[in-house]
Amino acid sequence: MTFSNSVELLAFHNVAYTIYAFIIISIIAWFGYNLTRKKKVKSLVRIPFYTYIGFLVAGGVGHHIFTYNTIPWVSQDMKRHTIKPDATYKLEVAKHKWINLPPKIMVQCGQTIEFDVRSRDLVYGFGLFRKDGTMAMQMQVNPGTDVTGILEPNDILWTFHHNGTFDMTSTEYSGPKAYSEEGKDLMFVKDFLEVVGCKEKGGKKS
Amino acid sequence: MSFMKNLMEGTNFDHKSLNALQKVTLRAVVMSFLFFGLVALEGMIMRMVQVGPAAPIPNQFFHPEHYFSIMTVHPIVGIFGSTYQLVFAAFMFLVPFLTKKPLYSVKLANFVWLMITIGTALAWIAAFVWQYAPLYTLYWPLPADTSQFQVIGGIVFILGIALIMIGTLGFIYNIYATIFARVGVHKNKTTKELLISGFGVDGMLNLWNKLRGKPPYTKEPALALPVVAIFRGTVDTFLDAIVILSAGILVLAYLVFDASGHPLDVGAIDALLYKNYFWWGLDLVADGLVLIYIAGSWYLLATLITGQKLFMENVARAALMLELLVSWMVWSHHLLADQGQPEMMKLISGEMVTAFELLTQGLALFITLVTLWKARPLKVTMELKYLLGGLVGFGLGVPAAIIQADMGMNRILHNTQWIIMAHVHMALIVGMYMTLYSALYVLWPIVTNNTKMWSAKLSNAHFWLYLIGGIGMAAFAGMAGLDGMLRRHLYVNGEFNTYMILAAICGTMILVAWAIFLFNIIMSVGLKGLVGIFMPAEDKTASYGIDPVIIAENHQV
Repeated sequence: MTFSNSVELLAFHNVAYTIYAFIIISIIAWFGYNLTRKKKVKSLVRIPFYTYIGFLVAGGVGHHIFTYNTIPWVSQDMKRHTIKPDATYKLEVAKHKWINLPPKIMVQCGQTIEFDVRSRDLVYGFGLFRKDGTMAMQMQVNPGTDVTGILEPNDILWTFHHNGTFDMTSTEYSGPKAYSEEGKDLMFVKDFLEVVGCKEKGGKKS
Repeated sequence: MSFMKNLMEGTNFDHKSLNALQKVTLRAVVMSFLFFGLVALEGMIMRMVQVGPAAPIPNQFFHPEHYFSIMTVHPIVGIFGSTYQLVFAAFMFLVPFLTKKPLYSVKLANFVWLMITIGTALAWIAAFVWQYAPLYTLYWPLPADTSQFQVIGGIVFILGIALIMIGTLGFIYNIYATIFARVGVHKNKTTKELLISGFGVDGMLNLWNKLRGKPPYTKEPALALPVVAIFRGTVDTFLDAIVILSAGILVLAYLVFDASGHPLDVGAIDALLYKNYFWWGLDLVADGLVLIYIAGSWYLLATLITGQKLFMENVARAALMLELLVSWMVWSHHLLADQGQPEMMKLISGEMVTAFELLTQGLALFITLVTLWKARPLKVTMELKYLLGGLVGFGLGVPAAIIQADMGMNRILHNTQWIIMAHVHMALIVGMYMTLYSALYVLWPIVTNNTKMWSAKLSNAHFWLYLIGGIGMAAFAGMAGLDGMLRRHLYVNGEFNTYMILAAICGTMILVAWAIFLFNIIMSVGLKGLVGIFMPAEDKTASYGIDPVIIAENHQV
């Protein structure tokens, strides 16, 4: 089982968390009802204390093991300095404006792209969004320079497995001047990137 | 009794019968609920903006300066003005009540609620008048960015926060001075014994001795378990106050130098290092203070409601000690999207230690439920209902955070509505406030000398509106987060319209619930009584010596 993009992952997450939410609400409601009944109800199941603790530990740790093995961008992110990207795009941002913004980036299906975004003043974000508003990925963009005065990198590798056109904007608040008086997002870049060459349901065409 | 007479006189409330401790407690409670109304109103304004142009609110709220000023003070008013006040009031009453010792200083307790009230008001004024809007996160160097904000606004805001923190330090001093006072039952206790008990070490040693087949380290711990939770949580409150206060001083220095015409270089402060420091402090509120205080409150409420000893008390004590390590080491889950953050810190602090909170909170939930279960049948009381509501809130809110505290999920959920609504608002509005309402209903007869609540129907209406509204708002807005809606972003065209309308309806339920609750309280104490709470107490006693067992007996069938 592997999630090839955020849409698949969030759909799974949505279902799993909704089921969990109904279970926990039902359990507490069941408790509430039976706590106050005159006739003592017998426990449905007897959960030994250490089994419960084991379940919590397994849930907490297992969640990360599960995501590491099913979400491809986790290991890629951890090993990103050892991976050679297919293309690198360097961007800078200052006073709520993108600098060196490339023309529309074209990506072939399955390509791994490095985005290196550097801020000259404030904390910003860098996020790619699909046309329906769903987020493909994001990272924080911290300002700062090294001892030689070169701006600190904020780099991320991303592999695209689905066709689509992505908009880009800052995902971190950097003050009200990031917006026009009418509330328009001034850092929003329409059609920032387009992925082509994938099959309809994702993955490289053979 | 006629409506008008009830409105003026209340049910049977007599403010003159209250002692100094009761009055100072009620003063902070009143201020807390007034601030709650303000924060609910602010929240609703933001909800309505997110609904889009069709929302029936003035156009000015859609302007970024205005919108983000509200977003900046919303958590300040909510967390400090309302929550801190309510929690501090409850604990400055409970510690004397549970230890059978007088509060160290009623004057200091008055100073605390006054400082927090004035500080919150100043921060609010800074945002309202000068539209100072760096948000509560104060990401460096935004709070010192004078190209976007006026210096005067920043100075007033930081002064407000500083007053809140000074009030907080006053609370901490009062709590520890009361706990360590060698009077009453602690007359013959040493500081070492109180410290060992306060940190839950005795619980740990009892468990260790049990494993080795030896007699317990102590059969009668020096401090009651809820006092241990207060003692332990207050350590985090102190560290958090120091961090916020020092960050405030830093911002203030930059603003003052800027105003004097000699601006300092903002680049001298490393933004990522600052983020680490600031989140370490802020997270002590969220993951240390809230979870520990809440666990302690659940244990107290469970024992008071059932009148029985807490199930697995030694484990609960030991868990509070363990939480000391957890709450100090989890902050990196806020920095999983920061590519400069070392991977090992993301992995150990951000993921693994954070996941441990599932264990500590799950343990508290388990112990509370089993304690209630063993004492069944119980009466259907407001305090029991609110306590169960609180358990639901944390049962939903804590896993929502654990899910996001993961390098895979964080990449697509960081800074979205998921974390602020499905986690933060679920845990705070539903989990924490319903627990606090439960405590309020338990303590109400004690603090008000058996004042009758005006309407049980209104109490029930408040409960259901608040529970459904709270869960609904957090869930619908959280779902918008899954669809890509950012949390610190201005949407003026109704981009996530359907979810936002549903969230706004549920938010309205919370606001209406608050109005009903306030009305019920006013009708119970009367307007005269409300004013009387703020008049000096004739009885200067700073303690309250009712045996908790007696109260508990009233709750059992």
